[in-house]
Amino acid sequence: MILQIEDVLCTFCGCLCDDIRVEVDGGRIEKVRGACRLGSSKIMGHNRIKSPMIRVNGSLKETSYDEAYRKAAEILVSAKHPLLYGWASTTCEALKKGILLAEEIGGVVDTTTSVCHGPSIIGIEEKGLVGTTLGQIKNRADLIVFWGCNPSEAHPRHTLRYSSNACGRFTPDGRKGRKVLVIDVRETRTARNADRFLRIQPGTDYEIISALRMIVGGKAESLPEDIAGVSRKELIEIAEMMKGAKFGAIFFGLGLTQSRGRYKNVDNALSLVSELNSHTKFVIMAMRGHYNVTGANQVLTWSSGYPMAVDYARGAPYYNPGETSCCDLLSRRDVDAALIIASDPASNLPRGCVEALAEMPVIQIDPFENPTTLFADVVIPSAIAGIEAEGTAYRMDGLSLRLRKLVDAEYPSDVEILQAILDNVRRLRDDN
Amino acid sequence: MIIKGGIVYDPANGIFGEEMDICIENGRIVEDAGGEVIDASGLLVMPGGVDAHSHIAGPKMNTGRIMRPDDSRIGTEPRTRVCRPSTGYTVPNCYAIGYRYARLGYTTAFEAATPIIEARHTHEELEEIPIIDKGALTLFGSNWTVMECVRDNDLGKLAAYVAWGLRAARGYGIKIVNPGGGEAWGFGSNVKGVHDPVPHFDVTPAQIIRALAEVNERLRLPHSIHLHFNNLGRPGNYTTAIETLELLKDIKPSRMRQVVHVAHMQFSAYGGTGWKDFESKASAIADYFNQTNHATMDLGQIIFGPATTMTADAPLEYANARIGHQKWSNHDIELEESSGVVPWVYMRKMPVNAVQWAIGLELALLTNDPWKVVMTTDHPNGGPFVNYPEIIALLMSREKREEEMKTLHEVVRSRSTLPSIERELDWSEIVIMTRAAPARILGLEDKGHLGTGADADVSIYNIKPDEIDPSKDHAKVKVGMSRAKYTIKGGAVVVRDGEIVAAPQGRTYWVDAAVPESDMDRMLLDLKEKFERYYSIRMSNYMVQDAYISNPFVVRAGVQPLREVI
Repeated sequence: MILQIEDVLCTFCGCLCDDIRVEVDGGRIEKVRGACRLGSSKIMGHNRIKSPMIRVNGSLKETSYDEAYRKAAEILVSAKHPLLYGWASTTCEALKKGILLAEEIGGVVDTTTSVCHGPSIIGIEEKGLVGTTLGQIKNRADLIVFWGCNPSEAHPRHTLRYSSNACGRFTPDGRKGRKVLVIDVRETRTARNADRFLRIQPGTDYEIISALRMIVGGKAESLPEDIAGVSRKELIEIAEMMKGAKFGAIFFGLGLTQSRGRYKNVDNALSLVSELNSHTKFVIMAMRGHYNVTGANQVLTWSSGYPMAVDYARGAPYYNPGETSCCDLLSRRDVDAALIIASDPASNLPRGCVEALAEMPVIQIDPFENPTTLFADVVIPSAIAGIEAEGTAYRMDGLSLRLRKLVDAEYPSDVEILQAILDNVRRLRDDN
Repeated sequence: MIIKGGIVYDPANGIFGEEMDICIENGRIVEDAGGEVIDASGLLVMPGGVDAHSHIAGPKMNTGRIMRPDDSRIGTEPRTRVCRPSTGYTVPNCYAIGYRYARLGYTTAFEAATPIIEARHTHEELEEIPIIDKGALTLFGSNWTVMECVRDNDLGKLAAYVAWGLRAARGYGIKIVNPGGGEAWGFGSNVKGVHDPVPHFDVTPAQIIRALAEVNERLRLPHSIHLHFNNLGRPGNYTTAIETLELLKDIKPSRMRQVVHVAHMQFSAYGGTGWKDFESKASAIADYFNQTNHATMDLGQIIFGPATTMTADAPLEYANARIGHQKWSNHDIELEESSGVVPWVYMRKMPVNAVQWAIGLELALLTNDPWKVVMTTDHPNGGPFVNYPEIIALLMSREKREEEMKTLHEVVRSRSTLPSIERELDWSEIVIMTRAAPARILGLEDKGHLGTGADADVSIYNIKPDEIDPSKDHAKVKVGMSRAKYTIKGGAVVVRDGEIVAAPQGRTYWVDAAVPESDMDRMLLDLKEKFERYYSIRMSNYMVQDAYISNPFVVRAGVQPLREVI
């Protein structure tokens, strides 16, 4: 029997599109409609890890779930300072279990945030965030600025659903009624669709934002003719464009957070938007990558007070990014075991950190094989959240939505796996 | 369980400090019971505290936490055998909220403002708050559907929308914040008064407030409308407060309660034409409350030291950020609201802050009937709720007020009437303002009293009312009220000697109101179009699912069965 499921959430990127149509036949997903190619490929699925595995004499051998849970618990209990890392592509419910586990074993919880929009969060700690839900932008914005981000490639449906091309109450003409400004170091596909593209030199975002702030603040005459390779005249035009909007929105990506200046770039951009509000309405939003990286920050925040890099070794949450964030811990060899869930640090962390990971016992929980599997010591395959398991995820604007279960799973969910590991940890503790 | 020998204050049942035993069975107060005996000989015994207005869960709380790692670091307490770890002072983590309320002897707290579309997040946090019972009020004051129904003068459809919205949000009542202002803020403006039209919607705040109040009574909701006035926080705004209350005088309540509850009255009792001649108008407000019977208030008392302001009054937060040179978070919510968060510090030597401090106390002391007043700090806007014992001590002791005033800016003497107020509240009045009145105002029939059948929520303090004179021994009052000797929640001892000994999961209250099907059908037709055209999520993904409320307590209201809406 073919089952048509409407309004499915796509668990790929931070857009968390919730209008996907999925056709299920005989417990298998046969067709995906309405998603972008990135989302379709995720929902259709690919190479799954077939069975739990444990590394014996250097190679992974298939084993039972019970044995894998026991082995994982042994690793965590015997570690002095374990790292529980990932969480961006699973449910909030999974992270809740993970936090409880970290509390009980005195571990560190960090999310992929710390290597992506971590600097954005530090910027927000400095300045606050003048933000909105995406629907407000769809309904009102007449100026969209994409700064250091490329939604055409990374968030393919963003422009149509939420930003430059979306139609709403005060924006009935969609793209035609809006101006789109792209600021980037290269001419991306997003830039080719813009009304105006400002190409800047790599690593000069801070200078450009500072100059715009001066112009918005009425101090244009103090600027030199040339600011980091951009003419003052051009920046004055851009500042006028911003001030002249009825409702402006800046979306920024890793171009700001992972280039020279990092959190200072974000701090400066947040300040610019705050100051633009003396002239008109302006908001700003980070283009979050993984579908639930925002949710990971939210859960960790309400549980511990802090959005990432939380160390429970002292029995109470301790947060100091630069000390308790995953790269810093790994590069200092300050953790001695790792549980990696729903992420692939082997592909994404700096080489020195990956080497450190490879040297310590690693537990991996993931539906899919990835380069981290190559050095994992315990591999536990899980159900795919949002396809085979229910749960909560938060869109990039902080809106929470419920992921549905579309088909039955042959695998336990992340929540079930973490609960089983926690049970084993408690049992081992009691035995000792 | 039997609580033996306590000096019991249960003003809702006419008990004002009598030595008597309290019996508990199956989570309720009963006539007679056996089992565990708690020796409360000579100690102060009262119903568990009820906070009718506190910001404890949802996106704005987390925004505050994320903005303020400095605050999270204060108040850190490690994990124990019973407790998860605590952090924060003005923006505590979820666990700390539950434990700290319980330690104060509070067993119920209501989150004051949740947009429907973000209610799922609010419930995720409420679920993580241990021990206490809770609920969340739902924001309707700048909602497009609401304003269109008001413009079309279609109260049937408005009632259907409110019922649907409460169900979608699993919400408890109608919250209105700076009505119309949240919409105007969508393009960076605000409404200036109750008769200033909302841009693009052809309605005024006065019309929105009145219509929602009428619908509230049509739906027979347990609570009245819960109103944050226009012009809140601005000098001279007491006239807006009285003008707004006058709009509601002729509305007939559908239950034995007020027609309007005013949130954090202190922030709307200001005189003066600017910050330079800023002064208290608490006496004018209290006079109004003394002469009328349709309104109740909570104080929104300020506490010196750090606070985190958070409200759906986004233009106010923008102004706060500018005045205080503070970091500023804003959050607009499509079709429904806007909001903001700004850290704050109230200072003793700052003239405005000194007068604000006096206003809260004046309101409590000048309003004759304690049943019209709820003690709050509008946590964490006026300061964190953990300071309630400080306010209790201030209200019970003129001597303490005098001592405090000596440390404040001198304008507190010339621009408020506090120095001349002799009234000192007694224990019965304190119990009314912290238990009996908030329960009655919220419409929680089984809370705020110790009559047979009531929830077995009881607090016992290490204070002997027969031996202590709160007027002089105010320091002892403060210490005693800060850590309950026992807090009993739903019949279980959760606090003993000021320490958490158990952390059961509390209940979440929400209201399911019925409306005629024909109204619901008309309303849904419109609403579906709003989702097709304007919302950024699908209607089928909008409602809070049952999975988010593990322990619900559903209060039925309305007149006819509500059509099931999926």
